[in-house]
Amino acid sequence: MSRLLVCPPDYFAVEYEINPWMRLSNRVDRERARAQWQGLMAALEKQAGANLERLPPVAGLPDLVFTANAGVVQGRRAVPSRFRHPERQKEEPHFERWFREQGYDVTVLERDLHFEGAGDLLGFPDAWFGGYRQRSDIRVYERLSNIFGRQIIPVELVDSRFYHLDTCFCPLGGGELLYYPKAFDGYAQAVIADRIPEQRRVAVPEADALRFACNAVCVGKHVLLPDGCPETTRLLRERGYETHPIVLDEFMKAGGAAKCLTLELDQPVANSQ
Amino acid sequence: MATAQETVVLQGHIIDSLILAKVLDTIHMLGGTYDVREMTVGASRKDPSVARITVRASSAKLLEEILAAIQPHGAVAERESDCAIEPAPADGVLPEAFYATTHLSTQVRLDGRWVDVEGIEMDLAIVVAQKGAAARAVPMHAVKKGEQIVVGRGGVRVMPLEPPKERDVFGFMEAQVSSERPHGHILADIARRMRALRDEPSRGKVLLSGGPAIVHAGGREALAWLIDQGYIQILFAGNALAAHDMEADLFGTSLGYGLAAGRSVPHGHEHHLRTINRVRGIGSIEQAVKSGVIKGGIMAACVRRKVTMVLSGSIRDDGPLPGVITDSLAAQTAMRAAVSDVGLALLVASTLLSIATGNLLPATVPSVCVDVNPSVPTKLADRGSFQAVGLVMDAASFLRELARELGWKG
Repeated sequence: MSRLLVCPPDYFAVEYEINPWMRLSNRVDRERARAQWQGLMAALEKQAGANLERLPPVAGLPDLVFTANAGVVQGRRAVPSRFRHPERQKEEPHFERWFREQGYDVTVLERDLHFEGAGDLLGFPDAWFGGYRQRSDIRVYERLSNIFGRQIIPVELVDSRFYHLDTCFCPLGGGELLYYPKAFDGYAQAVIADRIPEQRRVAVPEADALRFACNAVCVGKHVLLPDGCPETTRLLRERGYETHPIVLDEFMKAGGAAKCLTLELDQPVANSQ
Repeated sequence: MATAQETVVLQGHIIDSLILAKVLDTIHMLGGTYDVREMTVGASRKDPSVARITVRASSAKLLEEILAAIQPHGAVAERESDCAIEPAPADGVLPEAFYATTHLSTQVRLDGRWVDVEGIEMDLAIVVAQKGAAARAVPMHAVKKGEQIVVGRGGVRVMPLEPPKERDVFGFMEAQVSSERPHGHILADIARRMRALRDEPSRGKVLLSGGPAIVHAGGREALAWLIDQGYIQILFAGNALAAHDMEADLFGTSLGYGLAAGRSVPHGHEHHLRTINRVRGIGSIEQAVKSGVIKGGIMAACVRRKVTMVLSGSIRDDGPLPGVITDSLAAQTAMRAAVSDVGLALLVASTLLSIATGNLLPATVPSVCVDVNPSVPTKLADRGSFQAVGLVMDAASFLRELARELGWKG
């Protein structure tokens, strides 16, 4: 059973612009945001059957709601993020404290080694993929590979609209990959094609990618994704997934959707190879 | 020729991810070159790999651009330190741990900056200027007490020789020496280079260092012709080459042998002594030529064409001729002063002079070593430069064939 870290959007807003989606002029309707977040939580708990851990929200940290960027957890080990932008660096102590309070074995990275958590580090049981160039520093993946005892394949993100790996790359429970190939450079596209057989690669069209189709949460055969992604929904259903379209447009004003609002806490330890 | 380089380290899962390929491709696409100096491949998929890559570019600016382009992919400059220096303990004495140079372009790191070592040649030490960022190669005997000498190997780097752009024998040579290889195409390539250097003097001078076998074996006319035609601008030789050349002019013999008749002449062994004595009486080789006493041959051609000549003495010399430098260190210094703009070196039939000259030349200077004894070209080729071509060949045959390639009708 999946256990996810979430944070209520009490203080969620767009208060700065650090990605192409954020516009200070595009104000968040906090009541709508709260309702949308509740809708996602309800679907996660009731339909997908996930367990939720709640991080207390903090005034003045509008993006704390995007817990995917808290860090990465595997087994009892947690590595908190080191944000690139000063605006989000203020979140770091809150995430780190939460991991410590929960009894995780916490490894802290050097200040200048940027790493934005599960927003940039995702994968399959045999290999993880690490997005770099937009937010996380490629050098962090060698450190994390040693810490977690896993192969981590760095992949270069080349489109600033897809600034985190989880905006264009979503591993599914059945071993398939939902992704938007054009967000990656040619080398990364070649590596992904080499690692994941064609029948397991599900490429989403650009229109859906720009609706954050890849920023989905997969729990078993349930996939929770933003509404308005008809082609992706069809592709997932063809492969036997139960899709749950969720209205999340208030969060998309800040460049995030379903996946960004959760952090997987029950990631199993890598099998020794 | 690359002028700037930096070594970077790339580590992690760089192979499966194609990051290594991407970094190497990026260097290449931006116009740089690289050497993968060290590659440690992870034992299993979860183990990281490490590559040490030396990046080279034609200018410091291009190198900066390349480094900036590969840095986001994890290629970080290796941490380097400044070179260590110690004062020379006495005149002519180097600190114990002094760095001994090679004949390859070398840089030392001073205050965080890589600085070219001026006047690089084989087997010298490096002295660092007291003020400012400069370094030059210095022979042991010339060092002064208290001069700052580079010690150890840290902060010193040697630039590998880039293959020359010309697709000729100098570019393809792998420093092999064999008496069993055809010489024709090598001579044609040497002739082509000599013609190019004569037509475009700014590309460098041609140096010939030669022994008396050139005269004994019958190469005198060909060499004199090459000098007269302006193909050779610098001559290194000893007392004997000059003495026998002028002996031939005055007596028609070389070490007493009639050059035309091919047999010994009565009392012929005295001819070279009488020649030396005559020139000593006149005062100088130049005066002997200008006064019309010496009319033809190598020395006469050198004086007429104002060839830079360094004649160095040896322990068995007769005379010697005026102008022969009998102090070996002084001779070495004079030779060193003459080689700064050499574009091609012909080292013909003189073991010690060939090796001494070869050691004075940076590896970037194409050199041809000609000797009937294979061990001499081998010694030169073992300097590790693929611009040193060895020819196992008689000196006269070499010079005659070379001159014919250039139009000599003799």
